[in-house]
Amino acid sequence: MAEIKNSQPPLLEARSISKSFGGVQALSDVSLVLRHGEVLGLVGDNGAGKSTLIKCLSGVLAPDQGTILIDGREVQIDSPQRARAYGIETVYQGLALVDTLNVTENLFLNREKTSRIPILGRLGWLDKKGMEKDSLEVLDRLGIQIPSVRRDVVYLSGGQRQSIAIGRAIAWGRHIVFMDEPAAALGVEQAQHVVELIATLSRREVGVIFISHNMRHVLQVCTRVMVLLHGRKVAEVSAAEVSERDLVDLITGARGGNRQ
Amino acid sequence: MTTTTTPVEKGDERVVATGAIRRALVRPELGAAAGAILVWLIFALVAPTGFLSLRGTASYLEVSAQLGILAVAVALLMIGGEFDLSIGSVIGFAGVTMAILSAETSIPLYISALMALAISLLIGFVNGYMVIRTRLPSFIITLGSLFIIRGLTIALTRLITGRTQVGGLGELPGYGLMNALFDTAIPIAGVGFPISIFWWLLVAALATWVLLRTQIGNWIFGVGGSAEAARNVGVPVDRLKIGLFMTTAFAAWLVAIITVIVTGSADTLRGQGQEFLAIIAVVIGGTLLTGGYGSAIGAVLGALIFGMVRQGLVFARVDADWFQVFMGGMLIVAVLVNNYIRKRAEAAKE
Repeated sequence: MAEIKNSQPPLLEARSISKSFGGVQALSDVSLVLRHGEVLGLVGDNGAGKSTLIKCLSGVLAPDQGTILIDGREVQIDSPQRARAYGIETVYQGLALVDTLNVTENLFLNREKTSRIPILGRLGWLDKKGMEKDSLEVLDRLGIQIPSVRRDVVYLSGGQRQSIAIGRAIAWGRHIVFMDEPAAALGVEQAQHVVELIATLSRREVGVIFISHNMRHVLQVCTRVMVLLHGRKVAEVSAAEVSERDLVDLITGARGGNRQ
Repeated sequence: MTTTTTPVEKGDERVVATGAIRRALVRPELGAAAGAILVWLIFALVAPTGFLSLRGTASYLEVSAQLGILAVAVALLMIGGEFDLSIGSVIGFAGVTMAILSAETSIPLYISALMALAISLLIGFVNGYMVIRTRLPSFIITLGSLFIIRGLTIALTRLITGRTQVGGLGELPGYGLMNALFDTAIPIAGVGFPISIFWWLLVAALATWVLLRTQIGNWIFGVGGSAEAARNVGVPVDRLKIGLFMTTAFAAWLVAIITVIVTGSADTLRGQGQEFLAIIAVVIGGTLLTGGYGSAIGAVLGALIFGMVRQGLVFARVDADWFQVFMGGMLIVAVLVNNYIRKRAEAAKE
């Protein structure tokens, strides 16, 4: 890598990640770079290694080989907690929210604010009013529209739920977000809304890795797209230079070639 | 993409002012509160002389307290999505452990009580650890420990003492202090209210505070609602669940100490069936078997109903055999009523 003095190091860099399960090589020698404010698309057929790669980067799986760098420094991400400490958040498809909690409680689960009154705060007394107020601000800031922050999320639409999950991943100053098929379970209109949300968010300093089977969504929000096939990186292309058709060809292996 | 820029203000419909009545309607313990009032009214009409007297009140509160301490802890665990069927056995075990330790070695009772506490907490830890490691339902794990602990208690007690009861604790060192802590009567208007009632209220107040006003409480609701989602945002699910099992074990220990000191003896069979009564009290109190929803106050009310019925039947001169029929029926009615209320409440939120 060329060392350029004034340029920021990439937000996240993975070098030569390999992972095998028993005899099956799930990932071989995969490298990626994610920069600030960028949405990197990660596409590939089922079993191509997308989820395995994300799990290796978020501490769920330990890669057999390879190094991970955050802001240019090598890090060991050996648990999801560690990943979170480095500001890595993952939005899971169906398991992001607790149905029986309301919007505010979900947004603040495990990030609870304690009371500003010193003694109460020391005792762990929660500032429920403050959290509610902050929820509204967060939702407004991200342009997420929810009828009531007091409603249990089980009563919200799929799109609203996913918006909250994504909003939560990004709202708290987190800077690397993995999204594994965030719009897969949604209807057309709601999926579109979620994709627009991601596009808005990417204009912040966060970096997003976006996994999807929907090539239109990928091209809509991503700046670059990385294609995996049988656990190998077969292409990395600029989203502006390819069509949906091109991506599908790369995914199926009908067209080879690394453009970078 | 539309961006709302409305500042957060009073008129914001997303925090639409839920009035006091409306808020009460969505509380889990509403059904139990109504039930407690109803049961109180019934016995106030049927057996006014005994039931309404302060002495009568103290007597049903004492019965409620011993179950209530358990029920409050069980409520926390059940909101967290787990069961503990072993608490009845832990009551027998902890009581006998304390009694034997002091009777055989003549260490003071308060020391042996603390040692029994340590072992009880260890049992709670093992219950929780097994549930997490094996991923078996806690119903199965703790059903197993119910029998293991009870069997061990009886077998070891017989092995050490040759009997299944340990009596005469009143002469042992440290009894005075223990008696002051767990078997004093607090006089209110000339009638002694057993101190266990105040232990119960203290445990309930602590549990309610934890549930409603602390991060741990949020975690409990979150983990009970969806352990996976809670884990995904970094909630220490395993540690929390182990802690909840240790909490129920702690409650069982407290009840064991109270009964041992009050009766002056320990019995290997003590606490049998308490695990089910505690679950009944918790469910009457509006907590869902599936986790993620419930309240400690509901468990308090459930235990209160239990105590009022048990003592009320005595005051009404009804044969005690009918008690179980009543509690079983009450459980089913309570669940039906709670379900109905919850559906209505959710509809009102829409």
